[in-house]
Formats: sequence, C-alpha cells, structure tokens
Amino acid sequence: MSRSLYDKLWDAHVVVDGGDGKALLYIDRHLLHEVSTPQSFEALREDGLEVRRPVTQLAVADHSVPTHDRSLAIDDPQAAAQIALLERNCAEFGIAYLPLQGNDQGIVHVIGPEQGFTLPGITLVCGDSHTSTHGAFGALAFGIGASECGTVMATQTLWQTRARTMRVTFTGALQPGVSAKDMALAFIAAVGSSGGTGHAVEFAGEAIEALSMEGRMTLCNMAIEAGSRTGLVAPDEKTFAYLEGRPRAPSGETWEAAVAHWRTLASDADAVFDREIAIAAGEIAPQVTFGTSPDQAVSIDGALPGDGALKRPMQYMGLAAGAAIAGLPIDHAFIGSCTNGRLEDLRAAASVIRGGHVADGVRALVVPGSMQVKRQAEAEGLDRVFKAAGFEWREPGCSLCVAMNSDRLPAGARCASTSNRNFEGRQGVGSRTHLMSPAMVAAAAIAGRIVDVREALV
Amino acid sequence: MNRLERVEGQAISLPDADVDTDVIYPARFLLITEKKGLGRYAFADRRDEPGFPIGVGNDRPILIAGPNFGCGSSREQAPWAIGDLGIRVIVAESFGEIFYSNCFRNGMLPIRLERDRVESLRRIAEANGTILVDLKAKAVIAGDLAPIAFEVADDRRQALLNGWNDTTRILALHAADIARFEAAQKRAAPWLWT
Repeated sequence: MSRSLYDKLWDAHVVVDGGDGKALLYIDRHLLHEVSTPQSFEALREDGLEVRRPVTQLAVADHSVPTHDRSLAIDDPQAAAQIALLERNCAEFGIAYLPLQGNDQGIVHVIGPEQGFTLPGITLVCGDSHTSTHGAFGALAFGIGASECGTVMATQTLWQTRARTMRVTFTGALQPGVSAKDMALAFIAAVGSSGGTGHAVEFAGEAIEALSMEGRMTLCNMAIEAGSRTGLVAPDEKTFAYLEGRPRAPSGETWEAAVAHWRTLASDADAVFDREIAIAAGEIAPQVTFGTSPDQAVSIDGALPGDGALKRPMQYMGLAAGAAIAGLPIDHAFIGSCTNGRLEDLRAAASVIRGGHVADGVRALVVPGSMQVKRQAEAEGLDRVFKAAGFEWREPGCSLCVAMNSDRLPAGARCASTSNRNFEGRQGVGSRTHLMSPAMVAAAAIAGRIVDVREALV
Repeated sequence: MNRLERVEGQAISLPDADVDTDVIYPARFLLITEKKGLGRYAFADRRDEPGFPIGVGNDRPILIAGPNFGCGSSREQAPWAIGDLGIRVIVAESFGEIFYSNCFRNGMLPIRLERDRVESLRRIAEANGTILVDLKAKAVIAGDLAPIAFEVADDRRQALLNGWNDTTRILALHAADIARFEAAQKRAAPWLWT
C-alpha cells in the first residue's frame, strides 16, 4: 500500500500498537533547553529513574540567555540560576551540554541541524513547540511538554495518536523579494491558526524543492502556528549535502547506508492525504501580520480588516480599520529567532541595506541563531554591514522572540520582527509585533516604516 | 497524578478565541523552575482588565473557553498555573494540541465539543449554574440540557480515572517491547547507534 512520508516515519517507530490510532512511539532524539526541563529532571528524581540513552540527548541554553557580551556575568539572577541548573542536571544524568561560552551554543532548533543531530527518518522531540522545524529534514519532529520530556528521557518512548495528513503543494516559483517566511505566513492565513490541528503537514511542490534547507526550516518551524505540531519536507540531495560531514551525522560506510535509506522516505507517488491544499507560489506577495495571531496576515499591498472585525487584536495593535499596512511607522526591528536566525536570513537582510542606515528613532537588533551562524556571518562581513547601518550585532539566543532575557520591548512599541509569534505581550508587556521576512524587516528598519521590500530591491 | 472522575461546580466563561499559552502564562515567569504555586501568574497581563473572570481566589473548577484554547508555546506552566487555581476541566471547541496533551499529564480534563454545545454550557456558566462532568460516563450534565456526551481517548481516560504516572507505567508494562524495538533498530538503522 502506498504511504506518505509521515506514514513511513510513524510505522518505523511503533513499539506497541495500542489500536485506535494509538501507538507507543520510539523517540530517537531529544533536544533540551533550560526552560522546559527543570521539572522533567525533578520528576526523574522523584521516581528514582535514570536517562535511558543519554547519547540520544543534547542540551543547550537559549531562551533566557543574555545576548550582550558573553564575557560578562549574567545580570538576571533567575536566568543565571536556570542556566546553571540545566548544566548541573545534564552533568548528573550524563547528557551532553553545549556550553554558553562555547563555539556551538545557539537556539536549540538551529543547533540541532548544525550538529547533524537532526537526521532524516528519525523521531525527534523537544520541550518547545517550534520543534516542527526539524521536519525540514524529513524527521518526525514535534514539541512536547515538560512531563513528556521526562517520559522520553526515562523510556525513550511516548504514547502518541496518529495524526491525519495534509499536503500543502506550492506550485510554481516565488517572485524576487518573497521568501519561505512569506510562504509560511500565506499558508497560515489560508488555513487559520487551528487549520492544521490534528494534522501532520507535508510541504511539497516545485517551490519547496527550490528552497534551501534554511528556507525549509523556516516553513516547517511555523507549521505550529497553523496548529500542526509537525511540518515535513521530503529529504533530497540538498538535505544530504547539508548534513554530510556534520559532527553528529553518520560518516563513512554508515553514511552511505543512511542515505540509501533516506532516499526511500519520500511520499509514494500515489500516497493519499486526508487533506490537500495547493498554493500558487508566484502569487504570494511579501506578508505582514497585523493582529495578535499569526494567521492575521495581509500582503504588503493589502488593507487591514474593516470596521468591527477582529476588534480586540486591532485595538491591541493600535490600528485603524481598513487602513493600509504599508507606511505604518515602527519603533523596533528584530532579526533573529529559530524561524529566521540562520545565515541565509542574515544575508537576505543585509542585501537590502545597501549603504542605508536605520531610520531615526528605530532601534534595530540582529541576533544570530547560533555561534556558528554568527562566526560565518562575520567571516562574510555581514556584521560590518549591519553595524555600519546602525543595527546592534548580538550574541545568539531566543532574545526578542520570547522576551525572557533583558531584550524586551516597552508597552506600545511597534516592532517589525522575523520571529514566529505576534501574540499579545510576546516581545514585552503591551508590545506590538508585526511578523515578516528578514528582508522586509531590514527594509522597514531603514525606512522607519513598513514598506514593500520589492520596491527597495528595484 | 491527581485522579479525576467527577467534577461538579460552577464554571468560568472565557469566550475569546486563540487564547495562547503566552497569555495564560507570560514568558517572563518561565524563569521560575518550580511547578507548584504558579496560579498567581496565570493571565498576569489580563487579569486586571475589568470583569476578567479568572484569578487567585477562584472557586470554580470548570472553564468554558473559546476555540483554539492553549495554542502556541508548549509551556506546561500553562496547565500548571490554571490547575493551581483549582480548574480541573476545560471545555472548548478546539485546543492547541500540546496544551491538550499537557492537561492529561496533570490530572486535568480538556473536553472538545461542537460550538453550539460549548455555547449552551457557556450560558449556564454565565448564569452561575452548576455543571457536572462525569468522566466514567463521558458526559457533561448541566441545567435542563440533555446530557452531552464527549469523546476522550480511552488510555487517557483510564490514566485520569486511576491517577497513573505515564512514565513508570510505560516502564512497568513495556520494558521488553522497548528492548525488542531497540535491538531491531540497531540492525536496521545502525547509523542511529554509533
């Protein structure tokens, strides 16, 4: 019987078939960070349990880490204690930890692929909803809660319900100035913030094949904003080329065997999906969110909802009904996060600057997704482009995507942001977030208002 | 884990759609590494709004929420905080999936119902009526409404009824299955075992 990529991943990991779509699923890999695991380790201690396979776990601090000078002590005592606790827990239970001061630290969803820890064909979990990112490699990856993190550490399994499947086919090619972020926002707007709930979403089509691994990660990252815990892209030559030679990827003979297996993972030609959606990639314009849910997005040349619609979000965001989104003045610009903090994102943003300078009254931050991204960007001179244009060049972390460290916006501040959530208060109490692509954020930072990057690129 | 079989009492109504876990438990409180006593941070940025229905001192064990409740971040602090306010049952048209799972791990029951049924219960909640949730019978009984049946996966229902710990239960029942799976995977996918 023909099977989808999701079916193949699921079937290969069933330890016990519980009937009725339920299975005890084997979990191959677990990523840990400082925020969602203190209580998981505590549960292990309470139950007197050990970590079953420490070698399948990898930990890093990202959410609460400061993004200023790493040689300084962490100024927030609560954050310092939380990071120290992760380090202690990892030492006690034998789990590898990438230190804050080291060359490999970064956002958990950036470092997993960088390290070759993320591989096609595996199941991967993390106490973070953006774990869907890793589906870009053809891995069954999903976010879980802290209790489930404890279960995975102790048993290497989780009881799961098989998802329905949805295929989103992006036909044709993107216009210049339009990126994976715009595809993600257009998809979410099309299906709604809960349109993907209960589904594993596979992204397919010419525009997906044309995307880099970075772009595929951006798209899968945001599957959760449509309610789907799992985004997927079939692994291909780009996937293998990205992974080959990475520290934790297989090598030598096992590499060849792995690739041979990975080539069999793509959905069969006649695989049947519970739901199919087609989106013409060429018709996607740069997207901007206006509200407080990621599905509340419009094209840059579009207008805001009319009178009475979405009252609370429009009021929170301080927007007038029916107005244009283009031209809206901003106070802050943020380039970074597990959605858009990779090298390609920084290159796209830098390419828009072209000798321009951040507008008066705008504060602009670039927070690379990892130390490796930062180093590579510096080797290319991107840091100098950003700094010369008046952007702050920071150390890696989640930063203004979750506002748990000292990077927080004041109430009422309006931010053009490459992050993934425009929820109320997400970037600081009362702050207002407009999600868009790295190129769009860079263009907004220079213009001081939301603009169409396609015009900036002419 | 706390058992849950029958929950009876008045209910809170929060009809907003897409109440995300950042709203339920703002990120700055995630620096706290405990799981107990988090109720005081629940809805921290909304509870001062006039008429906001949820807060410390709550004595209603049931929440009638809006669609897509608990979407967004996987933070289990969201159900911990709501649970700490004494809420055991949440009824909504739909839930964020991770939040939905997290509830079961904490002795809480999320119930998905069709919109018109959620709205019938909301009217009873707003009129300060009493609602009875019976997990054994998989039914909600309230006012003069006919009993409302709800679906819940049987393993989750049993776990709540019995107060099972998922982790120790998997180890007790499936240690041999896991070992067998691992031996087979080692042969089939040796690159995952080097």
